[in-house]
Amino acid sequence: MKFLPQLEKHLPKLVVAPGLMLGFAFVYGFMIWNGILSISSSRMLPSYELVGLAQYAKLWEMDRWWVALKNLGIFGVGYVSGSMIIGVFLAILLDQKIRGEGFIRTVYLYPMALSFVVTGTVWKWMLNPSMGLEKLAHDWGWESFHFSWLVDNEMAIYCVVIAGIWQSAGFAMALFLAGLRGIDDSIIKAAQIDGASLPRIYWRIILPTLRPVFFSTLMVLSHLAIKSFDLIMALTAGGPGYATDVPATFMYAMSFTRGQIGLGAASATVMLMTVAALVVPYLYSELRSKPHEH
Amino acid sequence: MKLNRVLLACVAALSVSAAVAGEVEVLHYWTSGGEAKSAAELKKIMAAKGHTWKDFAVAGGGGDNAMTVLKSRVVSGNPPSAAQIKGPAIQEWAQEGVLANLDGVAKDEKWDSLLPKVVADVMKYKGSYVAAPVNVHRVNWVWANPEVLKKAGVNAMPANYDEFFAAADKIKKAGFIAVAHGGQNWQDFTTFESVVLGVGGAKFYQDALVKLDGKAIDSATMRKSLETFRKIKGYTDAASPGRDWNLATAMVMQGKAGFQFMGDWAKGEFVAAGKKPGKDFLCAAAPGTANAYTFNVDSFAMFKLKDAGAQKAQNDLAAAIMSTDFQEVFNLNKGSIPVRLNMSMAKFDDCAKLSSKDFVDTAKTGGLVPSVAHGMAIAPATEGAIKDVVSQFWNDDKISVEDGVKRLVAAAKTN
Repeated sequence: MKFLPQLEKHLPKLVVAPGLMLGFAFVYGFMIWNGILSISSSRMLPSYELVGLAQYAKLWEMDRWWVALKNLGIFGVGYVSGSMIIGVFLAILLDQKIRGEGFIRTVYLYPMALSFVVTGTVWKWMLNPSMGLEKLAHDWGWESFHFSWLVDNEMAIYCVVIAGIWQSAGFAMALFLAGLRGIDDSIIKAAQIDGASLPRIYWRIILPTLRPVFFSTLMVLSHLAIKSFDLIMALTAGGPGYATDVPATFMYAMSFTRGQIGLGAASATVMLMTVAALVVPYLYSELRSKPHEH
Repeated sequence: MKLNRVLLACVAALSVSAAVAGEVEVLHYWTSGGEAKSAAELKKIMAAKGHTWKDFAVAGGGGDNAMTVLKSRVVSGNPPSAAQIKGPAIQEWAQEGVLANLDGVAKDEKWDSLLPKVVADVMKYKGSYVAAPVNVHRVNWVWANPEVLKKAGVNAMPANYDEFFAAADKIKKAGFIAVAHGGQNWQDFTTFESVVLGVGGAKFYQDALVKLDGKAIDSATMRKSLETFRKIKGYTDAASPGRDWNLATAMVMQGKAGFQFMGDWAKGEFVAAGKKPGKDFLCAAAPGTANAYTFNVDSFAMFKLKDAGAQKAQNDLAAAIMSTDFQEVFNLNKGSIPVRLNMSMAKFDDCAKLSSKDFVDTAKTGGLVPSVAHGMAIAPATEGAIKDVVSQFWNDDKISVEDGVKRLVAAAKTN
């Protein structure tokens, strides 16, 4: 009759075990498989003839890969900073105890409820010069209006940034707003008594206390930026040419349409390393600082 | 107990009936108007033979999406009966050892005597048939709207690029879009290969784009081709990037644009919309390519299957694809011509008759060349790299012709 207590003791572990095993198999197992493929000669289907770092050498020689990296830089910086700046700004405005805040907050948060594919398609239509904004302006009589970034080789990536910010600024706003609400009113009142102006209070006192919120928003948005795929596929499909290619679309094209799985796996590994470079130091600092707080 | 037996009997009965009339699952990317109609014909023929047709259509004109799905199916050990695969890709799949041998059907139906050698070779791997050809598309066409040409004062289809640009100028002046184009890399390349063929001729095309000879690419002829190619871009509209080919064809159909460079699947679109060749739309070989023919042969590669019923259905499918009935009905819908030689062309229109005549003629003169844009000539990796260069050149006016040549030479070395 020792069975029941035994079971009770081990039940949590038993319940968690299947999920943990699946997690290991599907996350770490596939990461390892991808790593192996990236040092193999795989072309159309996986093969296990190892060729060392040849695929990586080939990858870094490709013009298209550099375009993809450059685009990731532009998109990552623009999207993350844009979403955060607009998010903070909206959050501060909403924090002024205005009427109808709940309604306005919902409106700004709604884009987050859409999938990136919907966002991409809608913005594709709006930015298309022959049926979107440009046509609208022309129809209203503003003939000289010209906005064709979407079909411009150099500017198309900024269209992706705009659509991305539209999608995520509301989300950043919600996070910052939650942070702002957590700040003790008495601090602000004390500063006001000392004669500090409102902008100064925000700049010197409130925003610095939001530091943890900044970090978590940065983490969430930057990993979204690195793995962004659907937004670009829906908005530009990597075009014109491959002008808006990012590492994720590059990986997809190489692995699945070009019959170069080895090369695709190498690019995926580079992406994984980039994400790891961002996440690991963050996790490290987070996990290390915990014991001090308790 | 009794119930179990009944169930067992039912299962047995089901599997027996499945062995007689099998199921064919066919992966294809014929999803636009004219194409979908053609695929429906094949379904009808298979149904008449008592087989079930499981449609597995994956949209996307160039077939990129379809290939992605196919790969995942094959890797997971669950291939469809047949898939629309063509050109050197057939050889790549055969190398993986996943394709079925069709020599039995081919011998019964005498494929060797019915197919031109250049086409039969593409269907074979190590001397055995592994795929069944469906049709021949000519890629080097220019389509035009006669109304637009008339309004612009253009009297004849242009025979060379001087005439073409003169006509395009007139169309532009008359307030139309001169060239309807969809900015996707295979469409860019469809135009590019027609230009190379028109400027350099079939021999140059073979050397530069099929054999990928560095000297041929780094030549004055290639520079002239790139210049001509870039000049054509000036006659397209700003909204072209990303547009699907059938939407570009619709622009010609609706009288918004004058010309379109596209293979003869565009004719399938015109015909599906009830337009008459010669009256509602015009066809002509792309400027300077009247004596040449870039072919694009669609085919179905058959995958190795375990189930006997499915194998039977697969063989019937292969035989049906090559039957005169199907070749005629299918190609009438699709805009292409039968791949089977010596068929009556009586029911076909003038564009198809011209295509058929040129196909047979150029096969003798050496003007018959495989289309690079449509995966008939070179390995996918190289093809992709070259398409990238051509699309970048098309989209970015800052890349000089000299730079374009350099990039082409580098891309041709990709493997």
